[in-house]
Amino acid sequence: MIRDPSAYEPSALRLQREESKRRVSYRSTLIALVSTSIIGLTLAVVVTGAPGFALVRQSFFNLHYAQSAFPHVLSGLLLNLRVMVMAEIFVLILGLLIALARTSRSPVLYPVRLLATMYTDIFRGLPLLLVLLLVGLGLPGLQLSWIPNSAVTLGTISLVLTYSAYVAEVIRAGIEAVNPAQRMAGRALGLTQAQTQRHVILPQALRKVTPPLLNDLVSLQKDSGLISVLGAIDAIRAAGIETAQSFNFTPYLVAGALFVALTIPLTRFTDWLTRKQDRARVQQGEW
Amino acid sequence: MTEQMIDIRDLRKSYGNDLVLKEVSTTLAEHEVKVLIGASGSGKSTLLRCINLLEAIDDGQIFLDGVDISEVGVDADSVRSQIGSVFQSFNLFPHLNVLQNITLAPRYVHSVPKAEAIDEAMRLLDRFGLKDKADQYPDLLSGGQQQRVAILRAVVTRPKVLLLDEVTSALDPILIAEVLSLISELKGEGMTMMIATHEMGFAKRVADQVLFLHKGEIFESGRPEQILENPNTSELQEFLNALRDAGRL
Amino acid sequence: MTNRNKTRYAIAPIIAALVASLVIGVTSDIANATGACKAGALTTLTPGTLTIGTDDPAYTPWFDSNKPSNGKGFESAVAYAVAKQLGYSNTKVKWVKASFNTVIQPGKKAFDFDINEVSITPERAKAVDFSTGYYDVAQALVTTTKSKIAKAKSIVDLANAKLGAAVGTTSYSTITTVIKPKTKPAVFDTNDIATQALINGQIDGLVLDLPTAFYVSAAALKNGLIVGQFAPKAGSEQFGLVLTKGSGLTSCLSGAVDALRANGSLKTLAATWLGNTAGAPVLK
Repeated sequence: MIRDPSAYEPSALRLQREESKRRVSYRSTLIALVSTSIIGLTLAVVVTGAPGFALVRQSFFNLHYAQSAFPHVLSGLLLNLRVMVMAEIFVLILGLLIALARTSRSPVLYPVRLLATMYTDIFRGLPLLLVLLLVGLGLPGLQLSWIPNSAVTLGTISLVLTYSAYVAEVIRAGIEAVNPAQRMAGRALGLTQAQTQRHVILPQALRKVTPPLLNDLVSLQKDSGLISVLGAIDAIRAAGIETAQSFNFTPYLVAGALFVALTIPLTRFTDWLTRKQDRARVQQGEW
Repeated sequence: MTEQMIDIRDLRKSYGNDLVLKEVSTTLAEHEVKVLIGASGSGKSTLLRCINLLEAIDDGQIFLDGVDISEVGVDADSVRSQIGSVFQSFNLFPHLNVLQNITLAPRYVHSVPKAEAIDEAMRLLDRFGLKDKADQYPDLLSGGQQQRVAILRAVVTRPKVLLLDEVTSALDPILIAEVLSLISELKGEGMTMMIATHEMGFAKRVADQVLFLHKGEIFESGRPEQILENPNTSELQEFLNALRDAGRL
Repeated sequence: MTNRNKTRYAIAPIIAALVASLVIGVTSDIANATGACKAGALTTLTPGTLTIGTDDPAYTPWFDSNKPSNGKGFESAVAYAVAKQLGYSNTKVKWVKASFNTVIQPGKKAFDFDINEVSITPERAKAVDFSTGYYDVAQALVTTTKSKIAKAKSIVDLANAKLGAAVGTTSYSTITTVIKPKTKPAVFDTNDIATQALINGQIDGLVLDLPTAFYVSAAALKNGLIVGQFAPKAGSEQFGLVLTKGSGLTSCLSGAVDALRANGSLKTLAATWLGNTAGAPVLK
């Protein structure tokens, strides 16, 4: 016998339980508010009460210097943006190619596989600064007419060379994380190795590694400023120039704020994507 | 003598030191349905995977429609495109919807134009009551629905032979019937099939011949009523007893 | 005596007393000042020792072999001369490394004063204390013989040049405010990297203070040459010693520098270490 679901009335027990839950939740919210206020207030008192606070405020949080530095720093940031966008595109392409080389199985491609492994080992080992100096100052030193001379180009090339190695490893991890049964199913349909890679493995691999991939891109965004070591004026260098003239550090803070603003969209997007994928995985029962 | 669709001669396969298939020989004629039974590890799955060249064999020969596909230098992709395979764990592509899963092989392996491939796929889906699932993703389908889609994915390219490896073993009992019903229909249309399964009742219904594998060898073969009612060997008798005790016979 | 005479005679001793006390006061002030600016009376970081900061690497011709303590190089020599003026013998002088940013950061510094080719500007003086200037700076342009600006005779000839300078230097502002080329300048962390960029042809010319320009042209470049020097924009630019804002040592240090300038020591040291920097045409 099936009861009529629309005739359900909550029992007294249920009402009691809900009332208790409400009370507990109200109390926890109150506690959270109070503890946050206490900590916030304590921090404020400690910082502003510090003997050097006025001096630090004058030196780092000076509105006058923030305003005068802002246009210079912003103009430098445009360079960072240009480099970021170009570098991100090429890093994804080169990283994918290297990952495919490393996960290929055909004996013909053995030397390519070897080269790819050496590449990732070398460029994950070399500090980016070293690559910048070697590529940015060393290559033009060879005086070959076809080697570009501009700091921005050489700097972007250095970024691409280094970050491709990391991105290649991330993509490779994604490829190897795809269930081997998927590859088997693809081959069983008659798809070639390349077709299976393209239609079955890669789409799944890239979805799996989107969070760490986006993480690497956020990192790349910040490192884009390192090309300043080759002479180009990016946001941080512009801030440094302003600071050197006035002996006031506020321009650096301006640069920092702009960088954070730049990376927030990407980090929030990564979080949203991760949450969406987690939900899907729970549904599929991968947990 | 009619040309056999599949002819296996003295097939030998080991994994490292484990000998999994010992000099197995059998044939499969066109439109014939053979059912493989046996305990886990008896070599049923391995045999199927050797036939569609997912595993390399150590010794012996395999002929598909008269062609030696175990020869060195054979185009394995082309061979596999003529053989349909369905697995215990469905293995549908999770990032593609049902329609895309089914049209992938026709479009990229058999060069069927997209519109035509979609038409054919929809016709199959409609025929087997899955038309409204066409644009859904596999994770929203029940196990039975997924496996039926997997079977349709394998047959849409009209393969010469269909290999089914324990395709109902991972399903809820309630969902097994719909899958078995689909397979029966395929048999009715003349599909050549080799099926590994634990479902004895189903074996009785569809099999033209049953092969009992034990430790990598074919111990007995014959018509289902004969083998399953009157086993000749003690090994088969034990196997059937075990199934009966587990309530599966 | 008349009343007028009596008043005059009365005032005279008062005036004399006033003058006397003034003289005595002033001389005693001087005496006190000189006494207060001697080693024993000065409050330094480490009592009895004068801690001096400079950057690493410390460049020629301001220092020698990156060893400030060897007394060679103009600034090393000036530092020791100033120390001696204040009564610190050579053994009572300690050198510490101080990067540019630590020199300009707010709060107490890790040295008593810093000497490192830092130009005095009113804006900077809001954040730190400067002594009086110990060197008058001119900015110069250095390049190589095969550069496209090797034959430049005036600022107009530099309109299309890609110039470089080190960060934090007034050389950079010379480019942006005096030369004003159409191409944005390149800014480098150190003179070493900038020099390499010049060698590679990535920049057409490098702006440096005159003595460093001569050194780089002669020693660091294979076919280096000085294109010319620039007249400073408003008044003269001077290097000064840098101290914590409000430091008690500033007036004493200024006094020491003034004394060295007055007795000709600064001129002699400049002649010794900064050599012959004449002969660089002025680019207008």
